[in-house]
Amino acid sequence: MMKHLPAYYTIWHILGYYGLRLTAYLVLGFLMLPILIIVPLSFNVEPYFSFTQGMLRLDPDAYSLRWYEAIFTDQRWTLSIRNSFFVGALAAILATVLGTIAAVGLSSPVMPAKRLITALLLSPMIVPLIIIAAGMFFFYTGFGLVGSFTGLVMAHAVLGVPFVIITVTATLTGFDRSLFHAGVSMGASPLKVFWDVVIPLIRPGVISGGLFAFVTSFDEVVVVLFLAGPEQRTIPRQMFSGLREQINPTILAVATLLIVISVALLVTLEILRRRSERLRGEAF
Amino acid sequence: MPSEAEHAFLQFDQVKKSYDQKTLVVKGFDLDVDRGEFITLLGPSGSGKSTVLMMLAGFEGVTSGDIRVENKSITRTAPYKRNIGMVFQNYALFPHMTIAENLAYPLQVRKMAKPDVKDRVNEYLRLIEMPEFGGRYPGQLSGGQRQRVALARALIFEPSLILMDEPLGALDKKLREQMQYEITRLHEQLGFTVIYVTHDQTEALSMSSRIAVFNDGVVQQCAAPAELYERPKNAFVADFIGENNFIPGTVSAIDGAEAKVAIPGGEIIAVAGDGLVVGQKCVVSVRPEKLFIQPTSHAYDNEVTAAHVTHHYVGDFIRYYFRFADGTEINLKVLNDLAAPNFSAGQEGKLAWLKKDCIAFPA
Repeated sequence: MMKHLPAYYTIWHILGYYGLRLTAYLVLGFLMLPILIIVPLSFNVEPYFSFTQGMLRLDPDAYSLRWYEAIFTDQRWTLSIRNSFFVGALAAILATVLGTIAAVGLSSPVMPAKRLITALLLSPMIVPLIIIAAGMFFFYTGFGLVGSFTGLVMAHAVLGVPFVIITVTATLTGFDRSLFHAGVSMGASPLKVFWDVVIPLIRPGVISGGLFAFVTSFDEVVVVLFLAGPEQRTIPRQMFSGLREQINPTILAVATLLIVISVALLVTLEILRRRSERLRGEAF
Repeated sequence: MPSEAEHAFLQFDQVKKSYDQKTLVVKGFDLDVDRGEFITLLGPSGSGKSTVLMMLAGFEGVTSGDIRVENKSITRTAPYKRNIGMVFQNYALFPHMTIAENLAYPLQVRKMAKPDVKDRVNEYLRLIEMPEFGGRYPGQLSGGQRQRVALARALIFEPSLILMDEPLGALDKKLREQMQYEITRLHEQLGFTVIYVTHDQTEALSMSSRIAVFNDGVVQQCAAPAELYERPKNAFVADFIGENNFIPGTVSAIDGAEAKVAIPGGEIIAVAGDGLVVGQKCVVSVRPEKLFIQPTSHAYDNEVTAAHVTHHYVGDFIRYYFRFADGTEINLKVLNDLAAPNFSAGQEGKLAWLKKDCIAFPA
């Protein structure tokens, strides 16, 4: 281990070297442990939020899948899971379409007031959620959109659009505009070039933006609290009331499932990123 | 309906371009191009040559003036309806399509039948001598190969006009020469009309039928390469094309097309440039390879005296530097053979050249 260090290292260099590593691991633990602690607790056979003696002894009888069963048998949970996926998917699709169009427009050199429009479109990411939610509540009331899926999907799409704009804009900065000119010079209309050339090349950015938008909707609770009726109850909303009404590890089981889903999405994003890097590496 | 003979194939008529409605980037561009010509727009960067190309392709609007193809104005035609092929400096091949798919794209846009597309793509792959590359992706090709594919893709839909925007700028010297040969070969074989933009004068001189030299938004001279080189119209062209010495002097007499000029090393006779008057200050341009050191077996009209400064051994030739009494430096190229003389620093020598090889421009 020591032999990898440069020969000129003094004791202080060595202390610093290991000290830095130790600090890094401590920070990582600080970030990850509160999340990871949930996973074993969700397998608790007892309806408590703490480790039992049996769990600490690794006694198989102290563990069970009963809370996972509870998720899929309790009608409130099944409804909220269905709602979360439904609202998340629709909001993500809407946000992806609108965000991609916005990003393409904003990347055009002739677009006026670029900074102002970008700032406005990204504002849902910066403005406190509670303010957006309250604003939407009053605004949507006038259109009868409160307590409807349409309203909730629209609201979540607004929250997702900034992520799509950011990821698509990032892929577009690497986009060579002469590809567009080349397509047009060969006789294809700008719209056709957009479909045949621009979209395939920015697809990784579009998809990762869409996934971000989906996740945003998937774990959003504030807007749901304001806009959703009992019919539109989503997973985070159900967890929120679960915390107050029926404290049991079902919530932890749901949380574990959410962690698994998030990790799966992150892995997908990483695969997409590498794919796009490879494509671009070949292009130039 | 006027017959075709009355009109050039492609006409630029007082084309002007301004981006900010204040300054003109292109100030009244006029040019008639015949079918099959290879026209090069040559000039330093920012001279407006690329802007002319972009206006012709339709990616930039024309501020005023008109561009006509076969006597029909195209300034109001959408870029994708102009049927003009284009080759870009960075190739602009679609990275997510194979070479065959890239070549097929303009044909598919034109709704050509699939078997015909396949035949045409194979034909053009053979034309650029890359028949086995159809299944590869652009990322798997070298720079020269990519540019050949880009060229084929611009030609495959048989446009009558091909635009090339510094197509060889990204290639190294050797590849550039190969590609110049390749482009010239295809041009002769297929007979399309080329508008070629470059800042590389060697490229322009070796490939073009005519060259339009741009500076500051204005065409300084448009002529065949040899004329441009031998008979530059003004000092800018003389300086920009090839190498030149500029010797300051005073016009002492003008006799028809010839001018007598007093320069620091003596009195010489030069071709009188446009607008030259007696008594005026002028610069005399003379190319390094047209100068000879005395004694010489070459014919000469002018002879001046100057002091040797230094010489550089280049390889196929040796470059000598001389200085006149007033400090003006002049250099000349001498072929590297037994006749190449030896000089020590400060030693005086006599330089000689023909009067037809030097031009006096108003200073």
